[in-house]
Amino acid sequence: MKILVLISNVPDTTTKIRFKSDNTAFDDAGVQWIINPWDELALTRAVELKETGGVSLITVANVGNASTEPTLRKALAVGADDAIRIDVEARDAFEVATQLASVAKDYDLIMAGIEASDYNGSAVGGMLAELLDIASVSSVSGINIENGQLLFNREIDGGSQVLSVTTPVVAIVQKGIAKEPRIPAMRGIMMARKKELKVTAPVSAEDRTSFVRFELPPKKAACKMVAEDNAKELVRLLHEEAKVL
Amino acid sequence: MSILVYTENWDGKFKKFSFELVSYAASIAKQTGSTVTALSIGNVTDSELQKLSNYGTNKVLKITDDRFNSLDNKAMSKAIVAAAKAEGAKMIILAHNNLGKALAPRVAVRLQAGLETGVVALPVSFDPFIVKKKVFTGKAFAEVKINANIKVITLAQNSFEPVELRHSETIEAFNPQMADSDFTTTVKETNKVTGKVLLTDAEIVVSGGRGMKSGDNWGGLEEMADLLSAGMACSRPVSDEGWRSHTEHVGQTGKIIAPNLYMAFGISGAIQHLGGVSSSKVIVAVNKDKEAPIFEVADYGIVGDVFMVIPQMIEAIKEMKS
Repeated sequence: MKILVLISNVPDTTTKIRFKSDNTAFDDAGVQWIINPWDELALTRAVELKETGGVSLITVANVGNASTEPTLRKALAVGADDAIRIDVEARDAFEVATQLASVAKDYDLIMAGIEASDYNGSAVGGMLAELLDIASVSSVSGINIENGQLLFNREIDGGSQVLSVTTPVVAIVQKGIAKEPRIPAMRGIMMARKKELKVTAPVSAEDRTSFVRFELPPKKAACKMVAEDNAKELVRLLHEEAKVL
Repeated sequence: MSILVYTENWDGKFKKFSFELVSYAASIAKQTGSTVTALSIGNVTDSELQKLSNYGTNKVLKITDDRFNSLDNKAMSKAIVAAAKAEGAKMIILAHNNLGKALAPRVAVRLQAGLETGVVALPVSFDPFIVKKKVFTGKAFAEVKINANIKVITLAQNSFEPVELRHSETIEAFNPQMADSDFTTTVKETNKVTGKVLLTDAEIVVSGGRGMKSGDNWGGLEEMADLLSAGMACSRPVSDEGWRSHTEHVGQTGKIIAPNLYMAFGISGAIQHLGGVSSSKVIVAVNKDKEAPIFEVADYGIVGDVFMVIPQMIEAIKEMKS
């Protein structure tokens, strides 16, 4: 089985968000870039599956310019076998999915995080599945291989399901897919330098959305404090003033 | 033109979120001189379907084919596309929840539409078509232009208050052409927890953090959640420690929720946690550290010991309820 893990290059989740050019663009000065947290969990599960057998190849793919390569190198250090970077800026979900569709055809399982932590699109995985006209399963919190067959755990409202699916398939994964993201070991980092990071030219793709402007949320009013021994008053305020109880 | 709304059902019932979607569509329809068609897939009675018309649908299409019970993403999106084409819909609206997020991207590709997810308000403008959404997990907003003739959007929960608006009650059976190969998913096993309020649609959420000190100290919070019919949540360290199930983890990498009331006990409020809860209408924080960042986003707070505050609150809630 061959696995493709889609990797989004995002600002570290502790980044203080600022905008520039009259609030029309994200200000990336001084920003640390990381593997999107859900993509990192997806990759971790892919590596675990390879270790238990039944997986012959893990490729990671990213749409972005050369500045995203350290993120792909990190993915290689975590345990991917090779990497593909499609050499164009990621601007829009449809554009990104179109690019990925050009390299995703030979894989049995494609894994994508539920969303990227920057623009929160939740779109690329589903779009890619439709472009390839293959199955997709969202809210996947577990993947196992039994007798060569993929079994997914899917979270549904109020519970979970075990599913079998036709392949190839896009699994859109969320919390639970792996316990913790795997930290690259020194050996992995050394090996990653020798692994192939293929740069491919983009295909022609249309942008169907564009950012017009950004804004920061309005500042909240000061928190109304209640004394520790007067929690009754808190309940009264929630009931009578905020009217939420 | 027509607007198509996919109205998901939960065991045959609609929820407030369903009416938010229909009402949102009706409001756009009014501004643009359009009509609203709701599409329901699954086993829903006509009397339940009629509830949608209380919020402004002109027509309801229903698909009752049992093959859709597996919630197959490929098949369901194909059915939504078929309905959009049959209705000549120029806009398709879905919920920004698990199922809506799974289907909307597929629908958009098939209709050659532009997609924007997690929209939080009525469109800023129609020509050009611009909508507002949250980005950076609630740390900012963006206005986004959709550059395509057909628009697909997912609407965030609690971002539009349903308004009653009564039209006709046309309910029509809809039978899209489906091939067996469209159904790609086989459900082998379903495990449902019954009697619990679902975290993602709870109006009130009670949440505990590292300040709860151990997984054994959750009795008070559970009692409070029961009294308030609230959902139960926790911060990441709590699920990492295994004190609570990861399904209760709210935050940037867990569930993202927007209840009317979020009460955080012993949660300091790391930026990743706030990303998952900052859309809540009212936030209450109880924490022993007065410098904890949770107080910067909270509306009401107590600096103090959670184990002292929780029993007092339970008492007061019981009094209020009686």
